Amino acid sequence: FDLNIKITFGTDYGCCFVDLGKTRVMAQVSSELVAPKESRPNEGILFFNIELSPMASPAFEQGRQSELSVKLNRQLERCFRNSKCIDTESLCVVSGEKVWQIRVDVHTLNHDGNLMDAASIAAITALCHFRRPDVSIQGEEITLYTPEERDPIPLSIYHMPISVSFSFFQQGTYLLVDPIEREERVMDGLLMIAMNKHREICSIQSSGGIMLLKEQVLRCSKIASVKVSEITELISKALENDKKARKAGERCGFAESMPQDRITALKMDETPVEMKDVTEKAEDIVKKSEEPPQTYPLNTRWQKHRKYLYI
Amino acid sequence: MEVCNSSVISLREFGCEQTLLSRPDGSASFIQGDTSVLAGMYGPAEVKVSKEIYDRATLEVLIQPKVGLPSVRERSQEQCVRETCEASLLSYLHPRSSLTLILQVVHDDGSLLSCLLNAACMALMDAGLPMSCLFCGVTCAINPDDQIITDPSATQEKECRAILTFAIDSTDHKVMMSSTQGSFSVNELQQCIAVSQKASEKIFQFYRDSVQRRYSKAL
Repeated sequence: FDLNIKITFGTDYGCCFVDLGKTRVMAQVSSELVAPKESRPNEGILFFNIELSPMASPAFEQGRQSELSVKLNRQLERCFRNSKCIDTESLCVVSGEKVWQIRVDVHTLNHDGNLMDAASIAAITALCHFRRPDVSIQGEEITLYTPEERDPIPLSIYHMPISVSFSFFQQGTYLLVDPIEREERVMDGLLMIAMNKHREICSIQSSGGIMLLKEQVLRCSKIASVKVSEITELISKALENDKKARKAGERCGFAESMPQDRITALKMDETPVEMKDVTEKAEDIVKKSEEPPQTYPLNTRWQKHRKYLYI
Repeated sequence: MEVCNSSVISLREFGCEQTLLSRPDGSASFIQGDTSVLAGMYGPAEVKVSKEIYDRATLEVLIQPKVGLPSVRERSQEQCVRETCEASLLSYLHPRSSLTLILQVVHDDGSLLSCLLNAACMALMDAGLPMSCLFCGVTCAINPDDQIITDPSATQEKECRAILTFAIDSTDHKVMMSSTQGSFSVNELQQCIAVSQKASEKIFQFYRDSVQRRYSKAL
């Protein structure tokens, strides 16, 4: 299978771009201190949101919860929340009062098929990349340190679930891994398997009404495990490279990762702006302009009105 | 109030990439220092009957913030971008069609509105839409020492007492749209406009260079 996956990171922690072929998504992780849920006072809150941006496809509309968006959101939640890949108890600051709420926003930028896989890779990579601010508790007081005061801390992640999608054609005779958009439109059914590199299945979803034999499902899970280990390798390498670059003090971010050798891209360095005759020009304009109209203070007008009213 | 003009005024390094997304008709990403914006453009396409205008194209601008749902701030930025685009697009050439411009904020490190305007213009150019003029966005800020700085970063913006953003057109270098916050004198306003006009020349040269580079192989 063709593995053109490209992972790049943004300037701040927790921002990452994933290119799966032509499909492009961006994930951003942010954290906030909130009160915990009543049923679970010791655990932090994880919130996932996939935005199907109208940029990704002309079929997506802003604000409308389409069926696809509900399906993707639900699958992403099942994949990450139920598999307990993040240690939510470590997100607790003061039990019952303050916990961290980790919010993952995935924006789809270009839809060329298989948004689910791209979103899952982006979400887990962004979560691994994210660093939350350091907190210290002294009695009743909670001090939140800015990134300049104390280094932010990474989240504790147990394992990395990654989803792989398979599309079926002609009642299960033909099988395609990682379908592109045109293949998705004509497929009979879709099977999504979320797995981690320890070969544990985190979630399976079969849709489209196709009936699969158990050998087919086993074969798919074998293919998925190979693919997942390759993808996990790629993610760890990308994270390592980014960590090294940040340590060496290089500038990281979207700007740096923009390819320079393409003719569709151009970069220009810091340019000075000439300011020679700016003051003269400005003074000239101000002198030539009209005088502002005379303003009258409000109370004289009111008094005039009162005279007429009482006649 | 006299504004000192001996300070070094410079624009941060900028970069752009065109046609990076396969689905939209035109797409561009514009980067000013660390602020970067991705723009995608669909059009001219079919329009909903409720939104159609009989003699012009309907332009819709959507700005997506990085975290959370769009709020009032994004709506006001959308209005600024939409007014500028409508003034420069020849929308009478495409009646009863829709033009949709989507801007995604990738990273905000100051001068966001001008970066949105620049990305919008590049995306419109990439989509090949007919325009009467190009436009660019320039942000000026007045810091507590009464100096004008262009293209401020987020830390510089926080210290400044006034931030002014202008959209300048390419033919006459006149102001198409202005959005300001903070207090400043009439003199300072005129100086900022003059500075923006000077800075816009550099940006328009950059547009020319990048489009020339892009089509150098096709010609």
